[in-house]
Amino acid sequence: MAALTLSACGGGGDDSGASDTVRVTLVNHVWTENIRTALPEFEKQTGLKVEVTQLGEDQLSDQYNVKLNAGSSDIDVMMYRPLQEGRLFAKNKYLADLTDKAKESGDFDLADFQSAPLSATTYDDKVVGVPIITEQQVLYYRKDLLEKSGFSAPPATLDELKTQAAKIQADNSGVAGFVSRTGKAAAVTQFSSFLFSFGGDFVDGEGKAAVNTEAAKQAYAYYGGLLREHGPANISTDMSWSEAMAIFTQGQAAFYTEANSLYKNATDPGKSKVSETVGFAPFPAGPAGSKPYNIPSWGLAINDASNNQTNAWKFIEWAAGKEQTLEQQKAGVPGARTSVWENPEGIATYPKDMADAITVSLANGVGHDRPLVERVAQAREIVGQPIVDAITGKDAAASADAANEGFQKFLDDEAR
Amino acid sequence: MPDTPGWARWANDHRKWLFAAPAMAFVAALIIFPLAWTLYLSLTDSSGSVRAESEFIGFRNYLDVLSDTDRFWPAVGRTAAFTGVALFFEVVLGMAIALLLWRPFRGEKWVRVAILLPLVATPVAVGMMWRLIFDPNIGLANQALSWVGIGPQPWLAGQHTALPTTIFIDIWQWTPMVVLILLAGLTSLSDEPQEAAMIDGASAWQRFRHVTLPLLMPTVIVAILLRGIDALKTFDILYATKGRGGGSFHEVETLNVYAYGLSFDYNEYGLSSTVLILFFLIIIASMWALTARRKEGKR
Repeated sequence: MAALTLSACGGGGDDSGASDTVRVTLVNHVWTENIRTALPEFEKQTGLKVEVTQLGEDQLSDQYNVKLNAGSSDIDVMMYRPLQEGRLFAKNKYLADLTDKAKESGDFDLADFQSAPLSATTYDDKVVGVPIITEQQVLYYRKDLLEKSGFSAPPATLDELKTQAAKIQADNSGVAGFVSRTGKAAAVTQFSSFLFSFGGDFVDGEGKAAVNTEAAKQAYAYYGGLLREHGPANISTDMSWSEAMAIFTQGQAAFYTEANSLYKNATDPGKSKVSETVGFAPFPAGPAGSKPYNIPSWGLAINDASNNQTNAWKFIEWAAGKEQTLEQQKAGVPGARTSVWENPEGIATYPKDMADAITVSLANGVGHDRPLVERVAQAREIVGQPIVDAITGKDAAASADAANEGFQKFLDDEAR
Repeated sequence: MPDTPGWARWANDHRKWLFAAPAMAFVAALIIFPLAWTLYLSLTDSSGSVRAESEFIGFRNYLDVLSDTDRFWPAVGRTAAFTGVALFFEVVLGMAIALLLWRPFRGEKWVRVAILLPLVATPVAVGMMWRLIFDPNIGLANQALSWVGIGPQPWLAGQHTALPTTIFIDIWQWTPMVVLILLAGLTSLSDEPQEAAMIDGASAWQRFRHVTLPLLMPTVIVAILLRGIDALKTFDILYATKGRGGGSFHEVETLNVYAYGLSFDYNEYGLSSTVLILFFLIIIASMWALTARRKEGKR
């Protein structure tokens, strides 16, 4: 009888098609590999079966665009990018409201999540997602090249970064001083830490476009100039992290600024020629200090059209729970739980200098790495234009003025 | 004689419709409906989500798109350049290779297999492969150039070299298809006109110019038609080599890549549908022009 009452209560549509199979869509990521090996444990605990669809980042995004737009119910749990598509999905009501489930679940402990990542998965005061992977930008560098050129420590400031990059490039033929992402949209997230450290942001306190402030112009000129003068010889304007990482791990660059969550690519001897000599340092300080981004890059959410929401929540409760987060962090995937960061076990497996760099980022970090808008892809293209213009030697300041005008128009358009 | 039931008589009377019905249902569901829906979307301001409320705005999208000299018209130009150049080289090279393969020779089978290899590869995989080869820093192409003393080229990375490079990849992959079609045409030609021309003392070039080519013309036009439509629609090679938006300066952004970006990056379904409808009209027009030419050729 109790069961009948319960099922009657849950008849609000969200569990009308309750099934023992939870359909989960995940992106290609270390986190996903780790969770897949742990799945049998979850299936044994709950008696549920998990069906995983795993896709590349772009394919995942396209899949959501098609399926969520069509109101398809064949995705229960979805891995998504809170800063990239979170607002759009929430506004379109693609994401189920998880507030009650998250607050009522005793072991889950919603208050344990760091506030910046959690706020990125909250929309209109409703919890619509749970952050699972966080990222901070750090400086990757080559200890051997630094030593060879007579530097005893990695650069603490952006000025020093430029000096050291130039010296190392001059001392080693065929090695670039610095590498980073150069693709118009791809570079925006990594450029953001430069922007913040010069004292700028994409949008000012009043919500106006701010990519042509003095600080922003300096940041564009610096980032583009560093790549143009001290970047790889045949620099393209198409590099995403995989191309830039390849150059660094092939031993062709001294410095590389990138998300810490990708560090295993550089330390894994199977993937990297420089695994023995790679070092990590906090993001170098600019005129406004060291202000790298500190963001939730991926979260889990429930498809609002899913008819299997209770079981879908069970999956999230487990996959984003304290135990799994600790396991993930031990395997090199930084999470969003305070308790795990406070637990010495949580950072025991990180290289010592990486752990130190993350500590600095957690203290000074900025909670976003791209404009916080609905149509993020479009905004990234607008504010990314001065980056590629600066790299190709065009007038970065003029390009920033043009970008600012376009960006303000975009913001006005979106506010309507 | 037993009475024929009414339904059977009816079916007998309408059998040509009955037999065609499955095909008609198929066309309606998979071609007419999506097309009509796209046409409808192109007249609305649909954006963000297809299910969100959208307003009917008449031809405003068309005005916006047709007056867009920033992205739309350059994309039209690139689509035309890509198709025209690729098609030209594919037909010329395809004809040359087909003529070489026309007469039997030793090891013919192996040569044919080798030539057809690019054709059976997935375009996305082909794009990825060439992307690695053309990588400006660690790619094979620049290494090969350095062995013969030529400096590194930007290939896909350059703002002005990217489109020619993608055209090269398209030619690499699709010339074999043209070879296949033309070879089929050549082998079906009868030998008599050739022999007659030879007796008359025509040189090899004269025989090709005045005998083989005119006889082969209908096949050439079929090849141009098939390959031309395909080249107009190219997406996978461009996407796999330069990614979304056709590169940081939209250097390989054709109409297809542009429409895709409008839909999947910008969530502008109305505008994207408008571009697709215009693109559809362009394809229909070029198809019509070519088929008209083909009928003329037959006459």
